[in-house]
Amino acid sequence: MTEAFNSVFTPDNLRYIMAGFVMTMKVAGISIVLSIIIGTVMGLIRNYDKFILKYITGFYIEVFRNTPNLLWVFVCFIAAPFPSAFQRVCCAYVLFTSAMMAEIVRGGLNAIPKGQFEAAASQGFTFLGTLWHIILPQCFRRIIPTMMSQVITVIKDTSFLAQVAVGELLFNTKDLMSKLYTYTGHSVTFGEMCLLFGFAAFLYFILNFTLSCIMRYYQRHQEKGQGVGQN
Amino acid sequence: MIQQIMEPWRWQSLLAEWPKFASAFVTTLEIAVFALALALALGVVFGLMSTSHNRLIRIIARVYVEFFQNTPLAIQVFFVFYALPYAGVALSQVTIGILCVGTYTGAYMSEAVRAGIGSIPKGQFEAAQSQGFTYIQTMMLIILPQTIKIILPPMVNQMVNLVKNTSIVTMIAGGDLMYRANAFATNGTMSYGPSYLLCGFLYFLLCFPLTTWARRYEDRLKKRDIQTAEQLEKVEEGLA
Repeated sequence: MTEAFNSVFTPDNLRYIMAGFVMTMKVAGISIVLSIIIGTVMGLIRNYDKFILKYITGFYIEVFRNTPNLLWVFVCFIAAPFPSAFQRVCCAYVLFTSAMMAEIVRGGLNAIPKGQFEAAASQGFTFLGTLWHIILPQCFRRIIPTMMSQVITVIKDTSFLAQVAVGELLFNTKDLMSKLYTYTGHSVTFGEMCLLFGFAAFLYFILNFTLSCIMRYYQRHQEKGQGVGQN
Repeated sequence: MIQQIMEPWRWQSLLAEWPKFASAFVTTLEIAVFALALALALGVVFGLMSTSHNRLIRIIARVYVEFFQNTPLAIQVFFVFYALPYAGVALSQVTIGILCVGTYTGAYMSEAVRAGIGSIPKGQFEAAQSQGFTYIQTMMLIILPQTIKIILPPMVNQMVNLVKNTSIVTMIAGGDLMYRANAFATNGTMSYGPSYLLCGFLYFLLCFPLTTWARRYEDRLKKRDIQTAEQLEKVEEGLA
């Protein structure tokens, strides 16, 4: 087993896998930040616009919520108007995830009593001031756990990129797999395959599990603090 | 993309291949239905296990859920497709799709079941026990029937995810809808516009009724009575 370990995880191979991991985090990080911002704006429009924008965002959300992420990776990879493959695939994740985030934000906004708007207006807050100072902070406190599970989903979904040859973790792992016999000097064994895929799965797991632990800690913390500025 | 959608001849070449698209759509449906059955079965079993009094059983359920929720479906599919043949287990792509998507979604389903059971007041377990119900009877006759109405919305949302996730078998050339659309889009005349549009439309057709129904049902449930609304909130908190 140690022999297999040493032949699979040469320093070069490890560096290659880690480069893929960095790529995974880059794509996921950019997509998550942008889609939270866009999703929040869309969620607000969806809930509070009284005119045509409401229906446009509603249509957008429904379209992206009911089609697979992989489809948008393919579409953007071919048709998005950006020069590099990296930007095009990020575009796919931003498009898809912002619809998800908008739906999550919408759920959070729905839980806030309507009376708060009237109360804020009576205290001289403008509409945007009410949103920024009163509504959104409450909304976010509520939806952070749900958002975090969406974040984990995005990280997992970046593995679709193996299909369009962007060098992220899964693609690099698969690439190594196909060249494995050149490193080991003999035909590939099941144990080596397990090591390779196991390591990639381990990296994903560490990242996601850490995030979900942080989320659970936050949730417990929030429960303790309930009653203070809540409901 | 838009330009392509406007060109009739591209649609004609797409229409000429409709039997292939139809059979790919059937493959997607097939994977989705069988994976759903597997996911529901695993969901109930592991959901019950995670509420067990036995610590070891709870840990097993926890490991199952954490593993499948925190690693990508694609890597599980790749492992089964590329690595298992070396151990003498070679499965067809559709079977791999059913098994992997089923076990993956099963983890989410089991969380829904666990959250549902958690939302039922503790007193009911004690009451059932005092009346001489066994564990199985308590769960099957008293607890689970009550949880169904509350966990239906999150379960239907997971069903939608399951349908969308069946597209993963494209990555192992599984002949599903997404695979067919992508093959058409990247071959010959490169008519990706009509191809992807049709593909998206078909997935939308499957998922939209489910998401809409789930949202309406949930809204109705919230308005019904305070107790149900509270239980619903508890489930949502437990799921996040």
